[in-house]
Amino acid sequence: MTNSEWPLWEVFIRSKQGLDHKHVGSLHAADAAMAVQNARDVYTRRLEGVSIWVVESRHIHASNPDEATEFFDPAADKVYRHPTFYDVPDSIKHM
Amino acid sequence: MALPDLSPAHGATLPYPAGLRHQLFQYVVQLADTSLILAHRLSEWCGHGPILEQDLALANIALDLLGEARSYYQYAAELEGQGRTEDDLAYLRTAVEYRNPLLVEQPNGDFAHTVLRQFLFDVFHYELLSCLKAGPDERLAAIAEKALKEAAYHRKWSAEWVIRFGDGTVESRQRLEKALRTLWRYAAELTAPTELELGLQAAGLVPDYAAVQAQAAAYVAHVFGEATLPVPTGAFAQPGGKLGRHSEHLGYLLAELQYVQRTYPGLTW
Repeated sequence: MTNSEWPLWEVFIRSKQGLDHKHVGSLHAADAAMAVQNARDVYTRRLEGVSIWVVESRHIHASNPDEATEFFDPAADKVYRHPTFYDVPDSIKHM
Repeated sequence: MALPDLSPAHGATLPYPAGLRHQLFQYVVQLADTSLILAHRLSEWCGHGPILEQDLALANIALDLLGEARSYYQYAAELEGQGRTEDDLAYLRTAVEYRNPLLVEQPNGDFAHTVLRQFLFDVFHYELLSCLKAGPDERLAAIAEKALKEAAYHRKWSAEWVIRFGDGTVESRQRLEKALRTLWRYAAELTAPTELELGLQAAGLVPDYAAVQAQAAAYVAHVFGEATLPVPTGAFAQPGGKLGRHSEHLGYLLAELQYVQRTYPGLTW
């Protein structure tokens, strides 16, 4: 059995309780249980995490880099979409 | 082993009478040798694992066991009180002075062979540490408490691989069965008490191996069941390692393990 026969998995690690799981890398494994164990052995050796998620890479659908222009550039000149664009009146509390 | 000393602070005098203390020294050396030799065997996989992920898993387990061995050797050196250090005990004893059971010195073979050797050890190791953790010797209890978490993962790791090999493909099954035919004879020594262990059991310092064996056997039966693998019924057992009667393999292993300290005595880095 060679590496190429085992699917690729993406690994997400939560570094502390309350924080998000963050993508840390990928690995090969025969199934989800093995992927979690492999992730533990490859990505948490230096106390990086308290929780592991794995997702088979084929289940991740990505935006097309060729469409980056129409996907992302239109947001560039719309600063008013940031809350910091607006001055909050002094009378508004608890913002 | 130029790593920071993690041993807990302890009193200058130990509470045991000299005879018992020497027996405990010998037993702690046996525990240390067992973890060190298996750690070395696993470290031989480094760079040769079947896949990168398992290469790291093997190295992780090796490092856990090496750390455990250090803790035991440090304690043993204190129990002995003759000025020998952990390094003296690890690097400057001959094969016949080593007290590890034969199982852990067996060569790696293929991955299935290594996995099964590890599983047979892990099952015993987990139960032993569970008992030592609750035992009367505070130092051993502290070492066992730390090592038990590691051993629980080792057992999970090796059990899953035993199941995968046993209930996997025709080839994986054949490889595991071959490993079982070779290694099963060494499993019984783990829980067959020597005279030294019987003496320490009478003093309450070493757990009752009958109970350890029963727990371990139940776990092996459970995992072998999952792996669709019959538990061997053959009674032939090959003991000797705990008495210093080793297979030829240990000499070669120690030659590599001890080479640097033998060639350049006192070398540090």
